[in-house]
Amino acid sequence: MIQAHALHKRYGRLLAVDGISFKVEPGEVLGFLGPNGAGKSTTMKMIAGFLAPTSGTATVCGHDVQSDPMAARRSLGYLPEGAPGYGEMSPEGFLGFVADVRGLTGGRRRERLQAVFRRLSLEDVLHQPIDTLSKGFKRRVGLAAAILHDPPALILDEPTDGLDPNQKHEVRTLIRELARERTVLLSTHILEEVEAVCSRAMIVARGKVLADNTPAELLARSRFQGAVSVLAADSIAARAALDGMPGVSGFHQEAGDGRLYVFPQGKPVAPDAVAERLRQRGVAFSGLQPERGRLDEVFRRITTAQAKA
Amino acid sequence: MSAVYSVFKREFGSYFSTPLAAVFLVIFLALAGAFTFYLGGFYEAGQADLQPFFRFHPWLYLLLAPAVAMRLWAEERKSGTLELLLTLPLSLWQAVLGKFLAAWAFLGLALALTFPMWITVAWLGDPDHGVILASYLGSWLMAGAFLAIGSALSAATRSQVVAFILTVVICLLMLLAGFPMALDLVRGWAPQAWVDAFAGLSFLTHFQAISRGVLDLRDVVFFLLCIATWLAATVLVIDLKKAD
Repeated sequence: MIQAHALHKRYGRLLAVDGISFKVEPGEVLGFLGPNGAGKSTTMKMIAGFLAPTSGTATVCGHDVQSDPMAARRSLGYLPEGAPGYGEMSPEGFLGFVADVRGLTGGRRRERLQAVFRRLSLEDVLHQPIDTLSKGFKRRVGLAAAILHDPPALILDEPTDGLDPNQKHEVRTLIRELARERTVLLSTHILEEVEAVCSRAMIVARGKVLADNTPAELLARSRFQGAVSVLAADSIAARAALDGMPGVSGFHQEAGDGRLYVFPQGKPVAPDAVAERLRQRGVAFSGLQPERGRLDEVFRRITTAQAKA
Repeated sequence: MSAVYSVFKREFGSYFSTPLAAVFLVIFLALAGAFTFYLGGFYEAGQADLQPFFRFHPWLYLLLAPAVAMRLWAEERKSGTLELLLTLPLSLWQAVLGKFLAAWAFLGLALALTFPMWITVAWLGDPDHGVILASYLGSWLMAGAFLAIGSALSAATRSQVVAFILTVVICLLMLLAGFPMALDLVRGWAPQAWVDAFAGLSFLTHFQAISRGVLDLRDVVFFLLCIATWLAATVLVIDLKKAD
């Protein structure tokens, strides 16, 4: 379990983290979303014990990160942003070092090292300097270091940043597997990732929590949730035909492909009803399809609304 | 203690995984030899001792110890591994001590590789081996003090070049503290007691006795205190500058 209570961090005049509180239970994956500079990394660094909070407290598995830092660090696996590693060392040497500092010895040490080599498919690059590895492998080495001691809690700062789609998929699968009996807190600014791996998402901007929901709840906030879109040659006629239809709150026409979006009022717009009405009014159309909520739109609305306020 | 050893082992090994160790050792030995034979007049002195050898060690360290120390923390900061290291279950003290000991052991190795000098003098004459051993120990202690200064300054920046230059300047100041050039810097504004205290910090004064083979307890304590102080400064600097 990871818990933060009223965390604040001030850098000179800048308040980077402004009273963030949350709780992540085992089995949960909490995604930290937010624009760059929102305070995601700073919050994670405070929980990982790298930075001291200006005020507030954080606990990892019940151990306070300030009053009992060693116990908190032992229960936590941490992947810093960019997955740093000692470039001149090989993955084997580097992970061996992490195992030593973490106090793993003898059979347990061997067993854990073998386990992470296998799990992250590092066997082929064990003896190459980390500097010469591809980005994907470097990230895997960082992840291996984070899960080496089989910690009950994990903090991953942008675990898939800069990876290609296949590598992203691999890392996400791994995180889902890891999350089964662990507590995971990860940050990302890739919105699709939230739907792919997170059971809960927190939107953070300017050091404050602006939303804390499940991905489905966040999607429901999108105006595209329950909407219907259609392509019509005569979009003005289509719009006129659908105007005043019960359960429709408004329209938006995409500038690029001319697709017309019909937004719902309350419950979702029924595609059949739209088709029926267009046919009745004699408007030719194609490509009628239901829409689902868009996280990027919700994200933009939530984070920019606050900036304006 | 095992965390200190793990950090030590990693750091010490890292010198040898790049050409740094080889380049450094060769230059160290070549310079040590050149100083002894050309500047020190080892043969001309006609004495079976290693004074011409040890006399130039402060200047050798002035140039080469900062080169070893500059990477200690600046590199960790630059590559982001600082965050990784300091979120592992070890205290800041253990990390600072482990890395310092690795650098110190590395300079110790360089110093040990000058053993042919000892063999030469033993073959040519009949030197006092106790004196030579004491001088070696004193020289190594002084190297530690130089490295501790470098450790603190390396912690203050992410640029190894800046760390190197700052360390050379501070080390030069510490070397020459007892000499008029450095004393004039202080004399203008500080009370006499401070000036005397500053003069007492001179590495050169403390090392002179050692290079003659007099391993005075006060000199040993001086260098050990110096190391402890600068390592404490390292801890402080890292703690204050973590966020940058």
